[in-house]
Amino acid sequence: MSETVARPSVRRSGRARQSHVVAHLVLATGGAVMAFPFVWQVIMSLSTNAEVVSVTPVFWPAELRWDNYAVVFDRLPFLDQLKTSVWMTTIRTLAQILFCTLAGYAFARMRFRGSGVLLALVLSILMVPSQVYLLSQYQIIQGLGLLDSLPGLVLPGLFSAFGTFLMRTAFLGMPRELEEAARLDGANPFQVFWRVMLPLARPSISVLAITTVLWSWNELLWPLVVTTYSDEMPLSAGLATLIGDRTTDYPVVMAASLLAMAPVLILFIVLQRRVIDGLASSGMK
Amino acid sequence: MTTSTHDPRVVASPEVAAARQGRSTRSRRPGGQRRPPLRRDGVWPWLFVLPLFTGVAVFYLWPIVNTAYLSMTRSGPFGGSTFIGFGNFTELVADPQLYTSLGNTLVYTGIVALGIPIAVYVASLLNLPGLRFAQFYRVLFFLPYVAMPTAIAMVWRVMFNGDFGLVNRALGVVGVDGPYWVSDSSTAIVAVAIVGLWSSLGFSVIVLGAGLKTIPPELYEAAELDGASTWRQFRSITVPLLTPSIFFVTIITVISSFQLFDLLYAILGSANPVLPQSMSLVYLFYREGFVNNDKGYAAAVAMVIFLVIGVVTALQFRMQRRWVQDV
Repeated sequence: MSETVARPSVRRSGRARQSHVVAHLVLATGGAVMAFPFVWQVIMSLSTNAEVVSVTPVFWPAELRWDNYAVVFDRLPFLDQLKTSVWMTTIRTLAQILFCTLAGYAFARMRFRGSGVLLALVLSILMVPSQVYLLSQYQIIQGLGLLDSLPGLVLPGLFSAFGTFLMRTAFLGMPRELEEAARLDGANPFQVFWRVMLPLARPSISVLAITTVLWSWNELLWPLVVTTYSDEMPLSAGLATLIGDRTTDYPVVMAASLLAMAPVLILFIVLQRRVIDGLASSGMK
Repeated sequence: MTTSTHDPRVVASPEVAAARQGRSTRSRRPGGQRRPPLRRDGVWPWLFVLPLFTGVAVFYLWPIVNTAYLSMTRSGPFGGSTFIGFGNFTELVADPQLYTSLGNTLVYTGIVALGIPIAVYVASLLNLPGLRFAQFYRVLFFLPYVAMPTAIAMVWRVMFNGDFGLVNRALGVVGVDGPYWVSDSSTAIVAVAIVGLWSSLGFSVIVLGAGLKTIPPELYEAAELDGASTWRQFRSITVPLLTPSIFFVTIITVISSFQLFDLLYAILGSANPVLPQSMSLVYLFYREGFVNNDKGYAAAVAMVIFLVIGVVTALQFRMQRRWVQDV
């Protein structure tokens, strides 16, 4: 709102308009640099391998080879990996929403002995780099006989300290009146949570969902550690194994990479404001 | 903490204890809302908290404790381990790999941190009142941040190729003979850091942009009336008032840079012969723990990573007083 107030006065001055020209020059150049690798990847994915590795630059392929994308599905365990990625991301996201909203609500609104200690324990994880718990998580999954399986891939990521923190903050900021009214109407605490508070928390739940999807879809180290064979890996780890091949078919690798990124990139472009605002406010990678 | 000064016998009734407990959580909310009726919720809170807390305890809290213990053991070749006290740490401190990987991590962090001033500038341009296409630019800058690191690394790997990569072709245009970026141990980490800078820039731009929104536009109007140049406004209003956001971005950038793994692994490739000279701390952790299968030693590396990040973050908080403005 303050922006629109400021706009007319600043717009009128010549210097402001001049600075917009400079701004557009800088931002368009910078934006082109940011977007270029994606564009270049699309071009390479439609070229022949000879064109990619040619020492004289080929900036546009002689013929657009869409069949490189078909090869991705034929030659690589791409479909298996895609399925694994989809399952992994879906299960983790739903589980985090369920567990984190429940716990976040209790930490924000319920009184029980030891709540402060439990909360401090959960939040303390946020200060510990993931390497510290990764080794033992691996040993637990190994001990349960869940290496190379979907449950093994998914399990530690069902729970999130960050998500709990996020949801607790969301519930703390909500008015108590609705809750109290529902209680007076005889609703039990779960009904109050489910029917009254959860719908109100939708914006924060979407932030949690977006961060979980992004993290889960792109995550590399955990899948790399708990899976051995490329057809059991999600895409993030599966793509990384392609690169070791001696005879790299670059156009197919590029096509596979683009297909692997596509769901998240499309999600981002569709929900851009929500993603950007959500990640800016959460400040988490 | 403050409750420890009280004599526990003075607590007369459970209500008082509950009120005291409640105070510590509610005091964070300014405005002092109406005090809710004092009551406990019986078994309900436990039903709400236990699913999460059990998972967190099993998969996060216990592992942290266990890793600390593991770091003091040596794992046998067929499982089983023996307690060796600080043996892994004394070995690690004498291990040149630690210093190589720490050095690479610092170089990476330094280069990625160069993105912060760039991000301040870009964010301030995006915040110009009435700028058209601002959202479009924002999306372009943010795109690399949401892209899967292993997928986008593929294209960078080709761009950094010594023979047919675009980076060297571009350098060739200005007469520079580019190196074999990813297969030369002196440049590999630089190549990875350039991609790291590219991929994290958008995040800084967005966070700083949110910080810029809190600067009152009247300040710029007043400065404009006083005839202050755009540069002068940037230097005397934007940057000082933005220092809390810059500080936050710096902390996040440094912590995440110290965790470098994905981009390094994907750009260099796991079979790259320069890895021993070009690896990061987390790569060293991964190699010891999951390639060489020395869990005890890897646990010690993990504890060192924890310590290094803790020290660096604490130092930043100490230095904060010198340059971050109170707003």
